[in-house]
Amino acid sequence: MMEIPLSWYLSLSGVLFSIGVMGVLFRSNLIVILMSVELMLNAVNLTLVAFSQYLGDVSGQILVIFVMSVAAAEAAIGLALVIAIFRNKLTVDINNINLFKH
Amino acid sequence: MFAETLFLGASLIAIVASVGMLVSRSPVRSALWLILTLIVIAGLYLTLQADFIAVIQVLVYAGAIMVLFLFVIMLLNLGEMPDLERVDFKKGVGFVLGVAVLTLLTYIGTTAALDFPASSSDPATTGTATAIAKSLFTQYALPFEMIGILLLLATIGAVMLAKRTFE
Amino acid sequence: MNLQLLVVLIVGLPLVGALVNGLIPLFYAPARQWKTLIGAVGSLVVMVPFALALYLFSQGTGGLPDVAALYTWMAVGDFSVSVAYRVDELSLIMTLIVTGVGGLIHVYATGYMADDRSFWKFFAYLNLFIFMMLNLVLANNLLLLFLGWEGVGLCSWLLIGFWYDKRKNSAAASKAFIVNRVGDFAFLLAMFIVVRDVGSLDFDAVLAGTAGMSAEAVTMVVLLLFIGATGKSAQIPLFIWLPDAMAGPTPVSALIHAATMVTSGLYLLARMSPMVLMAPDIMVLIAIIGAVTALVAATIALTRSDIKQVLAYSTVSQLGFMFMAAGVGAFFVAIFHVLTHAFFKACLFLGSGSVIHGMHHVEHELRHRGYDGAFDSQDMRLMGGLREFMPVTRWTYLLSTLAIAGIPLTAGFFSKDEILFKAFEYGYDGQLYAWLAWAIGLGTALLTAFYMTRSYMLTFEGSGRWPMPDQVHPHESPRSMTLPLIVLAGLAMVGGFIGLPKVAEKLGFSNWIHGYLAGHAGHAGPVAEPELHAHVPVGLEIALILAGSLIAIGGVVWAWRFYGRYELGGDELVQGRFGRLYRWWKVGYGFNELYDRTVVRPVISSAEKLFAPFDQRIVDGLVNAVARVMQAFGWLFARLQTGVVQNYALAIVLGVVLVMLLLVF
Repeated sequence: MMEIPLSWYLSLSGVLFSIGVMGVLFRSNLIVILMSVELMLNAVNLTLVAFSQYLGDVSGQILVIFVMSVAAAEAAIGLALVIAIFRNKLTVDINNINLFKH
Repeated sequence: MFAETLFLGASLIAIVASVGMLVSRSPVRSALWLILTLIVIAGLYLTLQADFIAVIQVLVYAGAIMVLFLFVIMLLNLGEMPDLERVDFKKGVGFVLGVAVLTLLTYIGTTAALDFPASSSDPATTGTATAIAKSLFTQYALPFEMIGILLLLATIGAVMLAKRTFE
Repeated sequence: MNLQLLVVLIVGLPLVGALVNGLIPLFYAPARQWKTLIGAVGSLVVMVPFALALYLFSQGTGGLPDVAALYTWMAVGDFSVSVAYRVDELSLIMTLIVTGVGGLIHVYATGYMADDRSFWKFFAYLNLFIFMMLNLVLANNLLLLFLGWEGVGLCSWLLIGFWYDKRKNSAAASKAFIVNRVGDFAFLLAMFIVVRDVGSLDFDAVLAGTAGMSAEAVTMVVLLLFIGATGKSAQIPLFIWLPDAMAGPTPVSALIHAATMVTSGLYLLARMSPMVLMAPDIMVLIAIIGAVTALVAATIALTRSDIKQVLAYSTVSQLGFMFMAAGVGAFFVAIFHVLTHAFFKACLFLGSGSVIHGMHHVEHELRHRGYDGAFDSQDMRLMGGLREFMPVTRWTYLLSTLAIAGIPLTAGFFSKDEILFKAFEYGYDGQLYAWLAWAIGLGTALLTAFYMTRSYMLTFEGSGRWPMPDQVHPHESPRSMTLPLIVLAGLAMVGGFIGLPKVAEKLGFSNWIHGYLAGHAGHAGPVAEPELHAHVPVGLEIALILAGSLIAIGGVVWAWRFYGRYELGGDELVQGRFGRLYRWWKVGYGFNELYDRTVVRPVISSAEKLFAPFDQRIVDGLVNAVARVMQAFGWLFARLQTGVVQNYALAIVLGVVLVMLLLVF
């Protein structure tokens, strides 16, 4: 039935998540950072779906739908913020945005 | 055998595409790489027989959200940015931490999940729209409504944020 | 009505009043001007409890104390203390005094304080005082009593220093508080011994457990309680705070420093009377201290020209009489004198307040006419002849003076005579020290009549001695002030008939208060009495009463004629007669000087020499060191706050890695 072991999916998810983390840590472009976050969310979704299918429990996939909704909301708000900051500072480079300091 | 090959191939594409997103200097390219990753993940959902989620993945992520990203990138007319050129202490720490996360997650993924009891139900029925809808509109009706409100608020918030000019 | 509810209302209403009068104007400034409302609330929350206490009184207690236990205050191991109120004859009498006299003084204060800008605060404090005092007298255990004891001390401090913008007043307040600490400390020690030996602080348990205590322990506890009482009730050696406490507004002097708070020491001794009787050595001390205090304070009062100072020393002296009664085992008489003293001394204080009110008016008029010399509205040397201008005040003051002097058939006559008789009786029974106390008391009674009449004569008779007496004169106080005066003077006249002398039993009357407090056939009261073996013959008793009356009348008449003829010159004549002794009285026997030399100055100078460097170097140094450490850490952590989001993200990931490591391994 399920020919591929669950651990394969989990490992792949781990790899994608780590790439997302590195994206957040390395890149200085705000938009790319947001995209990295999306990638991390997707990695988690993959885990959830895999578990859901292997355990035969639909709740995992419901959760994925919620995660997607939140991701959509997050993307909308995040990008709106990016636009607002860009208007103000004319940059999306995170190294030039240190509003926390002031 | 076929399934394993398919999985490995898809995984390879996903990893390559996401690394591509990570290293591209132009944000547009990053976004395109990410779209590829998302589509491949949708394919992986199919191998898991989670048809509905696979479709939603393409529609919502690859469709709606990524279009939004591209739209913003083009709206702001961002050029290429010097990325990953300076290697400093911070990036070094970030790399070490990223590798640590990778190692740990892989370790957990390969060791922890092995002794689950096998499910009795057919995975093909679990992942259908019928099954998900039944659960979503009965057991999870309240969270579903809340998510609706959240999206509404996000919409309003996004409009307000983008409209406002900072003096 | 059930007892629990009644007690909660009696005790709780003044607290509600204090909160309403205190908090609403505090947060809503315009309410500070609603003086009519504040005065009405303040007075009602005392009068309603008085009415309720009267109801309880009319119901009778049926011989057994009723205990209203509200809740358990604290429970530690085997030891537990409840917030419980005890209604018996003793606490009821005290409650009636506190709320009755208190209510009248509240009404008086609405007039006296009408022009004060902190009117609301005054009533809040006054109500809080009544609440604390009710806790003191109604408590069913020593700890709750102590709570009230400290509470009235706090209110006393607040009210003495009520006009805190004068340094003298706040110093007086602090003096009262600090001197009281000495007594309070002794009280605490007494409670520790009781807890150690009996394991409970409930009155019933303590008094029952006394039998099981060693004689030394009982003596120690009674001694410590007595030291506590000397603080609160202003006896030698701790009486020095009371004259200074006159810095407070006059209603405060009347309520706290004459009628109620200062009598709480007597209440304590009466409440613990079965225990006190088991410590005969301490009773000797109590009687002698009481008698000596009475004499000392009376002689000082003779030399004072400030009208409130005279009354203050007179209060100390009268309290000495009460302790004398307690020292000869006549606790019910002590409470009886507390009662009558509350009437006439409150009346005298309020009368003096009325006079001061009038003299303030004089001062105001004088200033208006350009007079710019010194003027003290409390100085009797500037008074005189007030009888024409303040008739009500004059008559009530006169009646109260007669009462405190002990003119026959007034309230003071019955109670004072009973004290002297009890002292004599105890001496007759073989306790010779009581005769010493009796002799001192007799002399003090003469002095009392003399100095009180002096204060009346100097204030109201003769002619006005203030500047421009033919153009400026005081006027009678408003009705809210004279009405309480009239009521109190009336009580000072008739209040003594509840405690008829023993000889009246031959005529078929009985001593009501004796039966009420100390019990009569078939029922024991809350106040214990020593067993007497010998009885004073009736003839001797009548002779004693006659002697007492003659002394009182003689003292009044003597002073009346003396000061009537010489007015102020009388003081000089007295001074000339007594010479050095008079100077000794004038400086209050040097008690203040003594404490200043032995306690205050050594403490201050050692503080300056020893502790000021210590304070600056070590205490301040420590505080500064802590601040510097904080500063260093702040500087360090400020480095971490780069404001760059990615650094924060880095920290988050680090945390994630650590948590995962924890989970995995």
